[in-house]
Amino acid sequence: MNDNPGLLLAALATSLLVAPLIFLLPERAWLARTTLNLGAALLKLGLVALMVAGVARGDSYALGFTVVEGVSFQLRADPLGIMFAGLSSLLWLFTTLYAIGYLEGSPNRKRFFGFFSLCVASTLGIALAGNLFTFLLFYELLTLSTYPLVVHRGTPKALAAGATYLRYTVSGGVLLLIAVVALHVLAGEVNFGQREVLAELGPEHHAWLIGIFVLLMLGLGVKAALVPLHGWLPQAMVAPAPVSALLHAVAVVKAGAFGIVRVVYDVYGIALSYELGLLAGLAIAASFTILYGSLRALAQVDIKRRLAFSTVSQVSYIMLGISLFGPMGTIAGLAHLLHQGLMKVTLFFCAGNYAEELGIHRIDELDGVGRRMPGTSLAFTLGALGMIGIPPLVGFLSKWYLGMGAIQAGMPWVIAVLVASSLLNAAYFLPILYRLWFKPGPLEGCGAWPEERRLGRLETSAWLLWPVLATAAFSLLAGVFAGLPFSPLSWASLIATQEYLP
Amino acid sequence: MPFPHADGLSLLLMALTTLVVGASTLHGVRYLQASGAPRRRSLLLWPLLALLWLALCTLFASGHLVVQYLVLEVTALCAVALMLLPGSQASQVAGRRYLLCTLSGSLLLLPSVAWLASQQPDLSLVALAEVEVAPWWLAVISAGLLIKMAGFPLHGWLPPAHAAAWVPVSTVHAALVIKAAFFMAVSVWTTLAPEALSGAQLLGWLGSVAIVWGSLLAWRQTELKGVVAYSTVAQVGYLLLLFPLLFGTAEAVATLAWQSTWLLVISHALAKAAMFMAVGSLVLAMGRGDLAGLSGVGQRLPLSLLVFGLAAVSLLGLPPSGGFTAKWMLLHAAILAQQWQWVVVVAVGTLLGAAYVFRVFRYCFIVPEQEQTMRVPPVTLDIIALLLALAAMGLGLAAAPVVALIGGPP
Repeated sequence: MNDNPGLLLAALATSLLVAPLIFLLPERAWLARTTLNLGAALLKLGLVALMVAGVARGDSYALGFTVVEGVSFQLRADPLGIMFAGLSSLLWLFTTLYAIGYLEGSPNRKRFFGFFSLCVASTLGIALAGNLFTFLLFYELLTLSTYPLVVHRGTPKALAAGATYLRYTVSGGVLLLIAVVALHVLAGEVNFGQREVLAELGPEHHAWLIGIFVLLMLGLGVKAALVPLHGWLPQAMVAPAPVSALLHAVAVVKAGAFGIVRVVYDVYGIALSYELGLLAGLAIAASFTILYGSLRALAQVDIKRRLAFSTVSQVSYIMLGISLFGPMGTIAGLAHLLHQGLMKVTLFFCAGNYAEELGIHRIDELDGVGRRMPGTSLAFTLGALGMIGIPPLVGFLSKWYLGMGAIQAGMPWVIAVLVASSLLNAAYFLPILYRLWFKPGPLEGCGAWPEERRLGRLETSAWLLWPVLATAAFSLLAGVFAGLPFSPLSWASLIATQEYLP
Repeated sequence: MPFPHADGLSLLLMALTTLVVGASTLHGVRYLQASGAPRRRSLLLWPLLALLWLALCTLFASGHLVVQYLVLEVTALCAVALMLLPGSQASQVAGRRYLLCTLSGSLLLLPSVAWLASQQPDLSLVALAEVEVAPWWLAVISAGLLIKMAGFPLHGWLPPAHAAAWVPVSTVHAALVIKAAFFMAVSVWTTLAPEALSGAQLLGWLGSVAIVWGSLLAWRQTELKGVVAYSTVAQVGYLLLLFPLLFGTAEAVATLAWQSTWLLVISHALAKAAMFMAVGSLVLAMGRGDLAGLSGVGQRLPLSLLVFGLAAVSLLGLPPSGGFTAKWMLLHAAILAQQWQWVVVVAVGTLLGAAYVFRVFRYCFIVPEQEQTMRVPPVTLDIIALLLALAAMGLGLAAAPVVALIGGPP
């Protein structure tokens, strides 16, 4: 089945083909590399936007061929996939801009941008995969292409973090492979959306289905950082800030969460998942992760580590949303997939800016930074308030719909989890905001910045500042204008009503 | 009839042999020039490679046990001569050891074939299908073939031989020569012993131990060539998993296992050849063969490292390589047959494989303390290797025509 395969291939090729081109360019060819990077990012954003418009009109985009008997490679753009593709291409543009500024003058930039493009290509492949085989292909490619980014600095700490990252992700990948093959043995090939295939298997296969689901969750949960499979994520913080931003907002963590969404909605189907009692298990795992991640975040003194544990907690909102049986939960989970990306990328950009401009890595060094770097601090404040769930920021919408979903699903205890988690979010973000804006800092004569560098005429280099402001503005606008078409919330509602309601 | 077996699989293997020998020859010309090997010795390489190519093609096309046995011996002797070519102390020792091992394998093969001839005068595989063989006979001939294919626990000769040989020799040897013995083992078992189920399980377990042991030792190596050589030991283990899944199982399982194994043979041959070539370039450039010398190599030799990476992806069975599709089918067969032990083995093997491959890359990412001088080898070397590695990668998604040619088990 091939419908409009050109656009799909072109979108994938923009970042996939840029990678070898970047590797071929010499290290010092800054201008050519930058042009290539930004050109590809813009082109891809345009192509994905075209597909978003097409999907909204009801066009279909698909491409497939048989690999071996009973296994085929399928790419297609459905509303869920194109939503994730949109997020990744939007944030790729900003992360590229940011990374160009961040890595200014550091060695091995060619290698960095080459693997960076590969990483984004894999994310797009994950978004557009039409079945689990294709998903797995890009999922593993993502592991391979992020490893060089994590160990980019080559320090012993980075290498150790890279080893931990691989230990977790390769093991997860093997479990996922076994689970997907087992599913093939049981039911043959299941394309995403063919929910009836598994639903029609008799009750004698249910034990198998549950076993395979657990294996799938273990395999995907590693990247989605479900506790206790999250150990790699805080360690991977040694990577450069744009990598952390990418890892947390779109690429790795989201790939895992997106995979879980796909399995629950498009392979098992929400009805079967509910019937087999899988959703309850997922809800418990997600709730535990939410609380555990927030508690651990409280104890961190390093900014990036606190953000990392906050990711552990926040990504599980997605899983919590989909595990609430009913349209509200679905909307919450899917919308949060986008919301969390926008907020988290902003926060990591900010952390990177503090480190680059002032050499700040620890929370207690943030006193009075608000007056020295107002733009960055404003963006950080928006991101943090969004995470806590203050209206009208996007995080509020996620939590509101999660609460409604919990009532709809008849699981009121989830509301307690939400309240507790919001309190914890406030407890670990508000002190930072207090330090930023209200504590006297070096500008008032208290202490000194650890390492001030004056990177630009503005509060820092323009390459670093503008992407931060842009993503912060997006997370504000997506909340304020949530009612407009193509906002994350309305797109999620569209998917929930069109695709997942019987 | 000596050649009744010219089926799709034979054609594929002959094409593979031609491709790998051809690429190794082209690569070898430049490599030996660049490494400054003595001219008198390098001239001997070409006739030996040609003879080896002829012998291997004959073997893959032959449906006659005596022909298979004879050309296997020719292959082995050629391989020994090729191993001895560098003339260094290490290659002399390793080559002699290889000669002793392969001859002891022959000593097991010869009486087995002779005994069979006493039972049945016509030794073509078709006629042999009627013959009943005793378990001891099967054990003896399998042991002989295991030595020649470096199957666990009879693999000891392989790593030193690969470490000491010239790169074009290691490529051909790892990619093809050990597969020749495997090919003969498969044709002996499918013809004479399709009921020897416990024997097949035993071979599967030997393969499993080979996967674990080979990967562990590859992980412990300090020399780059050692890592690649021990990874061959592990890969032979994957091939041996064919036996328990081929015999006494449902037809669907047997077909999947059969196709996956030969797909693995082909992708491993391409990937391993590419990997040895990349290692050759790296060692040539660094002027040393140990892993610690790799730090900072990515800056100078990105292409060699890329080839190594692509080949490693296929060897590990990560997507989208030929190794991945083969592993997928192997897992499918094992789960379908409900022989869970092989699923566990493949999972553990993948993890250990990742451990030894990424250990190599870890050294590459270490920032070198002082700028070391490297001579950049000719780019043709890397291009030949890159093409082989890309072929191994491409085999993953374009597996359908290859699998169709492989067909089902006889």
